[in-house]
Amino acid sequence: MMQQRHKMNMQVAVRRLGSAGGVLSVCHGPKIHTVLRRLSAKAQSPRPILSVAPIRALVDEKFKVSVENLPPAAPVTVHSLHQSEDQDCWEAYGHYISDHRGTVSVSEDLSFGGTYSGKEPMGLLWSMRPVPGSRFGLRLRKMDVCAPMLVNITVFSGHEGFREHAPLASVVTERWHVAPGVQRVEVTIEGMRGTLFIPPGLGAFPGVIDIWGGGGGLPEYRAALLASHGYATMALENFALDDLKGKNLDLNYFEMALDKLKNHPQVISDRVGVVGLSLGAIFLLYLTAESPTFKPQCCISICGSNILSNDGTLNGFYNSMFRNINKSRLDENNSLIWQDVGLEMLCDPTSLVDVGKINCPLLLVSGTDDQSWPTPKFADLMAQMMRSAGKEHLVTTLAYPDAGHLIEPPFSPHFRATAFKVGGNNKKVIMLWGGHTKPHADAQEDSWTKILTFLKQHLYSSH
Amino acid sequence: MEGKKRPVKLSVHPSRGLVDEKFTVLVQNVPPGFQLTVHALHQCEDGHSWHAFGHYTADSTGAVNVAEDLSLGGTYSGVEQMGLLWSLRPVPGSKPGLRLRKMNVQTPMEVTVSVFRGHQTEGFEDQGPLVSVVVERWYMAPGVCRIPVTEGGLTATLFLPSASGLFPGILDLWGGGGRLVEYRAALLASRGFASLALDYLTPKITLGTGDRVDTEYFETAYRVLQQHPQILSSRIAILGLSLGSCISFKLAVYSQVMKFRCAVCINGSHVQPPGESVQQTLRYIRFSKGDIKKFNFNEKNELSTRNLVLPIPTDPTRKVDVGRLRCPLLLVVSEDDQSWPAVESAIDMKQMMEQAGNSHLLTVLSYPNAGHLIEPPYSPHTRSSNFRTTVDIKSVVLKTLWGGETVDHSRAQEDAWRKILAFFRENLYGRGSALVSNL
Repeated sequence: MMQQRHKMNMQVAVRRLGSAGGVLSVCHGPKIHTVLRRLSAKAQSPRPILSVAPIRALVDEKFKVSVENLPPAAPVTVHSLHQSEDQDCWEAYGHYISDHRGTVSVSEDLSFGGTYSGKEPMGLLWSMRPVPGSRFGLRLRKMDVCAPMLVNITVFSGHEGFREHAPLASVVTERWHVAPGVQRVEVTIEGMRGTLFIPPGLGAFPGVIDIWGGGGGLPEYRAALLASHGYATMALENFALDDLKGKNLDLNYFEMALDKLKNHPQVISDRVGVVGLSLGAIFLLYLTAESPTFKPQCCISICGSNILSNDGTLNGFYNSMFRNINKSRLDENNSLIWQDVGLEMLCDPTSLVDVGKINCPLLLVSGTDDQSWPTPKFADLMAQMMRSAGKEHLVTTLAYPDAGHLIEPPFSPHFRATAFKVGGNNKKVIMLWGGHTKPHADAQEDSWTKILTFLKQHLYSSH
Repeated sequence: MEGKKRPVKLSVHPSRGLVDEKFTVLVQNVPPGFQLTVHALHQCEDGHSWHAFGHYTADSTGAVNVAEDLSLGGTYSGVEQMGLLWSLRPVPGSKPGLRLRKMNVQTPMEVTVSVFRGHQTEGFEDQGPLVSVVVERWYMAPGVCRIPVTEGGLTATLFLPSASGLFPGILDLWGGGGRLVEYRAALLASRGFASLALDYLTPKITLGTGDRVDTEYFETAYRVLQQHPQILSSRIAILGLSLGSCISFKLAVYSQVMKFRCAVCINGSHVQPPGESVQQTLRYIRFSKGDIKKFNFNEKNELSTRNLVLPIPTDPTRKVDVGRLRCPLLLVVSEDDQSWPAVESAIDMKQMMEQAGNSHLLTVLSYPNAGHLIEPPYSPHTRSSNFRTTVDIKSVVLKTLWGGETVDHSRAQEDAWRKILAFFRENLYGRGSALVSNL
């Protein structure tokens, strides 16, 4: 964890001295001061230099972590630590060996173990997991996107038991969701919340509507990041899965949001697309196919499905999706698997949207190890429907091997199972999302690049 | 709003950089062969506006990459990745004699980078750009601690690379303009060196009592570094520019209390009374460089004072005996320095050290067409500015010539900084070639 600041008038402080034998923790005052200085003179051998570049970056930018001035062929561990807004601590680390010049380059060298292995420039971020002793089922999400995520990168000597040693060097790096100058504006549509992120400058930009999944609430981080890439992006509050049941509301709120964005003075109205994850994608696919007024320039579905609401209400969606709720099962850890609940729907065309009615480019992203819903099969089915409608040229399917349901912006940690509200009485279960960490991280990195290219092609470049 | 044309895409990476980091400016989505101007605008702390711009032609994919493409004109030309920063100049109509310096290092310098249609040279403020982004340039890395220091009567600021860990230290001295200038010390801390920016000309004591500080003041500053629990007491260096450089020679050679592991001196001179006393040197400079009768104004009415310390005396009692130096010394010398005779002094120092047998400690970096004010990289070049020396309390503001030609001066700043950091790393982080033996 972060140490306290040392004060110039040398009040009592805790200090770790690295010396040949091990770790010395001292509280010092004036009496033992000269002893410390003599000791520190002996300990004044060459110090390692740790650098991270860029030290302030957007969350989807890569960094280069390197350590110099180590002894040659020295075993060291490079460690990352982050304290989340929920006060949980997350960490990752890799074991390295310095070269003949005493240098370790995380971008170039191999990690011989830790939370990641092999040549992984960004492993210190995507392989993060809660520190030992943390609560189970945690998820790392930045809710205040106007402040950066702070990550401590530290280098320790040794591999096994590296935590027992004093840190050799440490830096703090900032990871931002917003680029400088991006504006954040709170909006309300029919009493529902939205947040609009506008790129800097007075000009007009292509726009994006961004809708998350059935956890409810208003995560802003993907919208903030898209604005940092030049899209006026509106994140919309979505309904929690629980809230769908019994609600006779239709999806008019989303239609109004798209209209509002198109008519914003800083948005180019014929260059607005939509992106959704999970339940958000379900709504977007339904609206894009069925609504006469909901006409985005392009549509991105991340782990979505073409589920039909028979009466167009939220309750209708709920009934379609959970008709076969008895098919849910538990894994060996008692995590909830809903994959089979969705499988039944694939055979029943009356519960599915005919996406062949969609007339705009469609990008379908899914993970083949999605345990919460059979999204790769839905993606295949949707592609098939587009082909049958003669619109094969509009659809692109990306199915990532061994990735799970929660395909987030790149370098985010992977969550195979997390606490999730379900059951209508604020009860939380552990939902199995699936995926294995390394392939899931690859999927996040690759899909984000392709999402940005897709948006750029259809919202910046075309016509 | 309806758009008939394709919107232009502009990105700068990194969008938040340290001031010595390069950035990449990329323009995309314009028609192939499109003529455009990439423009930078910065409003400094004094409220003045500075700008720079380059003229480009988009390639066949409709893109311009400032790091790789040729600027055909503007405030810089050629392939100049960082031209938008180092060629910044006051906008037309500004007061003459301005200098760009960041005094509050806890906030970033903000630069608005924009793309304009066509090859424009003026009127940027009247037309809307096609697109803009904001770029931040920081002197302080995250985690760097800024600690004001007042103990022992000092007016100083200590920058620690981080709240925990052990670091070598640097005493950072600026020149005759006085004030507490923090940005270089902040940047050094961001690069791993605990650095103390010291105001020795206009500290609170001097402003209050009228008395000049003497050597004890610097000894107190040295002790602050030496005794700090996070600073390695045997790895303290001194860095000086201009008058700060002159004082660095003196302290590195004569001080019994201050043992520097190495010294970096930029554009100063060893010509001053020898011995420990800083006050003697200040008096000498007040009389030699303050000798109005010998002032030399050029056709633009700019004052050059380099001749006032020439010729370099042969008499050893009139200069610091650098033959007695025991630590590595890096001299950064601008060949068009119009304020101090840095070149002549460097040549003389080299001779003295060769005669004394310690010239293996000396490295001289000499830059043609560079001027006196060698600043961190990508800082705009100040060829002349309104300057009031605080060495003489009764001095007036004079348009002072520093020298240098912008392109060569900017290259010198970039090269010198890289070499200064490498020198500090080698001597303060590494095993070090010539050790100070008082451990």
